[in-house]
This record gives sequence, C-alpha cells and structure tokens, in this order.
Amino acid sequence: MMVKSANWRTNEEWLADLRGVDQEGALADLRDILTRGLRYALVNRVPYNQLDELVEDSVQDALVKILQKLDSFRGESRLTTWAQKIAVREALTELRRQRWKDIKLEDLMPEEGSGDFTPAILTDPGASPESEALRNSMVEIVQRLIMEELTDRQREAMLAVMVGGMPLEEVARRMNTNRNSLYKLMHDARQRLRRRLAGEGLSPEEVLAVFD
Amino acid sequence: MKLSSEVLKKMVKSIAMTRPDEISCDECFEQLDQFAEQVLEGKPAAEAMPLVEDHLNRCIDCHEEFEALLEAMKSLN
Repeated sequence: MMVKSANWRTNEEWLADLRGVDQEGALADLRDILTRGLRYALVNRVPYNQLDELVEDSVQDALVKILQKLDSFRGESRLTTWAQKIAVREALTELRRQRWKDIKLEDLMPEEGSGDFTPAILTDPGASPESEALRNSMVEIVQRLIMEELTDRQREAMLAVMVGGMPLEEVARRMNTNRNSLYKLMHDARQRLRRRLAGEGLSPEEVLAVFD
Repeated sequence: MKLSSEVLKKMVKSIAMTRPDEISCDECFEQLDQFAEQVLEGKPAAEAMPLVEDHLNRCIDCHEEFEALLEAMKSLN
C-alpha cells in the first residue's frame, strides 16, 4: 500500500480531521506515517523478529497520547513531526525497559571498600612520584566531596548513569521518580560539587589537568 | 565505596560542563520536533536553540530519541 506523504495535510487540516468527522481516516493515515518512520528509525536497533511488534504497540500507544495531547500542539513544527517524536519516545522507552529489565541499581554500584580509603590511582609507569602524589590527593578530595556533598539519591543516580551507563529513564524507574526529575536531581548534584570544589579552591579544569 | 580515576574524571568533566541554565528533559522534548526540523532543513538549529543543543549533548536518553526522530523523519521526506 502506498503511504500518503507526511505533507499531504497541512497542520490545520490534520487538526480539523483528527478532531472531526474524519477522525478515523486521519488516524489511519497518521498510523501509516508513524509506522513507516518508526520502522526506519528502529530497524538497526531492534532484532528483526521483534521489530513489528514493538512498532505496532508503540504507534498504538502514541496515537492515544497524541489525541489526548492534541490541544497542546503549538504548531511550531509539522504535526507529523510532533506526532513522530511522541511515537519515538514510546518505542525507545519500551526498548530500554526490555534491555535493562534484569539489571538492578545495586549491580552498577562500585564495590564497597573495606572501610579504609585507598585512592584508586592511575597506574602510569611514566608518572613521577610528585605527579602521582598530586593525583592521589585530587582523587581523595573529589571522592570526599562526592561522599559529603551529595545525598544518597544523587550519588546513586550519578553512579548508575556515569559508571553503569544506565539510561536515565531506567534509573528513574528504579528510584520511583521520572526522568525529568532525575535530570534535575543530577543537575543539582553537579552544581553542588562545582560549588564545593570552588570552596576547596579548585576549578574542575584544574582537577582535570592533573589527570591529563 | 571506592571510585576509579576514570569514574572521577568523568564526574569532574560533567561538573566542568555544568551550567546554571540547563533545561530539563521535558523542556527539551517540548522543542525537539522544531529542533529536528531545523537540523534537517540545514538551518543553524544549535545557534537558534542553544539550550536544546546543550541538553542533547549531556543527556543520553534525549540524544538517542533525537537521533531516532531524525531517522524517522528522513523516511517521510
């Protein structure tokens, strides 16, 4: 079947049809457009035998949300682009959920130390004793600030994302929050650490210079 | 808890890049369709919407969605 062009309707025509008597026809056209786009976007990210189901479910869920959110469409893009972004988020959220479903936050945390603090230095055979000592003291300072300045939740979130590479969405799910709030939590954490570093008379750039 | 130098370096880098006016994931998502269209049309999206560009450079989730949206849009043009 030929899919009609995404530009077949103007935004005004889409809105009128999606709200009016031709809702069924407009929804069917939008479903075709979103399905084609999503298949194209996901074909290299998803095993082929799972592609159809993921696309179909995501488009279905997206269409429900699109109808609910139609009044919030501000017309700053084509309606089909706006709709596609909603479908893309649906699909990638589901994909992340599937990929990370067996991983717990605890699995991503660095090992608990024995209680004695041992700085994990870079083993650089070329480093002079002085630069190694400087690195050690930097590692110690940053580690102390992370322990002192951040809340447990901030520390957990930052480590899961930065060490574990877990998507924010998945960290948020495990911490009973949402991705937006988690981003803000981590932004606050970074700002706190920046202030504390400054309080220690250090800029992040100075710390990084020691490691380079 | 013991952090490796690599992890600390990563954290300090992210601290160095921190700015007070960062936008959140929701605010980025709000503008993502407009940003993506500008990119595909070859317009200077990063200059016109620097905070969206900045967020996409920090947030792996939003960045992944942006890339996927661009690919989806290419199939429609």
